[in-house]
Amino acid sequence: MKVTILQFPGTNCEYDTQNAFKSLGAETEILWHKEESVPSDTDLLVVAGGFSYGDYLRSGAIAKFSPVMKAVINYANNGGKVLGICNGFQVLTEAGLLPGALKRNESLHFLSKHHNLKVVNNDNIFLEKLHNGDVVNVPIAHHDGNYYIDEKGLKELYANNQILLKYCDESGNEKNPNGSVDSIAGVCNKERNVFGLMPHPERAMEKILGSDDGIKMLQGFLEA
Amino acid sequence: MMKAIVNVFLKAGVLDSQGKAVHHALASLHFDNVSNVRVGKQIIFSLDEKEEKKAMADVTKMCEELLANTVIEDYTIELVK
Repeated sequence: MKVTILQFPGTNCEYDTQNAFKSLGAETEILWHKEESVPSDTDLLVVAGGFSYGDYLRSGAIAKFSPVMKAVINYANNGGKVLGICNGFQVLTEAGLLPGALKRNESLHFLSKHHNLKVVNNDNIFLEKLHNGDVVNVPIAHHDGNYYIDEKGLKELYANNQILLKYCDESGNEKNPNGSVDSIAGVCNKERNVFGLMPHPERAMEKILGSDDGIKMLQGFLEA
Repeated sequence: MMKAIVNVFLKAGVLDSQGKAVHHALASLHFDNVSNVRVGKQIIFSLDEKEEKKAMADVTKMCEELLANTVIEDYTIELVK
């Protein structure tokens, strides 16, 4: 299992992500954004979190024109598995690989804390280790995590089971930290090979750091 | 040479939290006559182009591809000779 992790100027979660997948037994490689191809032995491509290009213009807006992104789009369109975490989710929506967009948090504050998430659809390789309704506790750390999609798009997400995770309290009741439409924290594409979420499963790998729920989430990719 | 002025705002119907916060702040300064506050951004640049039609086509493409995210934002273009 080989995990390739993208690095743009301003990315800051690539080493946490590498550490997380290494601890699960995967081989990893960090790929600089100037590269024009995705290593051919890649089983999973991760667009890691951070602040690519300083979030200038809009979060993820400049990164989508980095040389590597053409290869990423090809990789995804050919069925390659892609996971975008936080800024990576923003990059994937900007690049048109995932539906919707991420707006400024409704409170206008940067949010950095642990949050509970409810599994909404486990009918995909990412969350297949979990059950629908399971609650996981994972850190969030974002300023632009307010997921927006228009009504028509939202209906499609529901119809195709594309909503992966929703923000909730510890009993699984919806609880919305940032104003996201229907408390959505993560989605996938129709084909179920591109995944994006604002929370950071790679920061929830050890109990001593508050939670190891990220293991159950990321493990899905390893056994696929 | 032409000057292009691009204004980008959240679409009508997409909640503008910054506009709302500014509205509240103005109200706290007792400007009770204010409504519909929207916060957007303005991008200004020079364009080495003589023909207005071509300039408009170029700037429209820039907006669609980069300057605005049309999932959530609308844009207006003004060209000044």
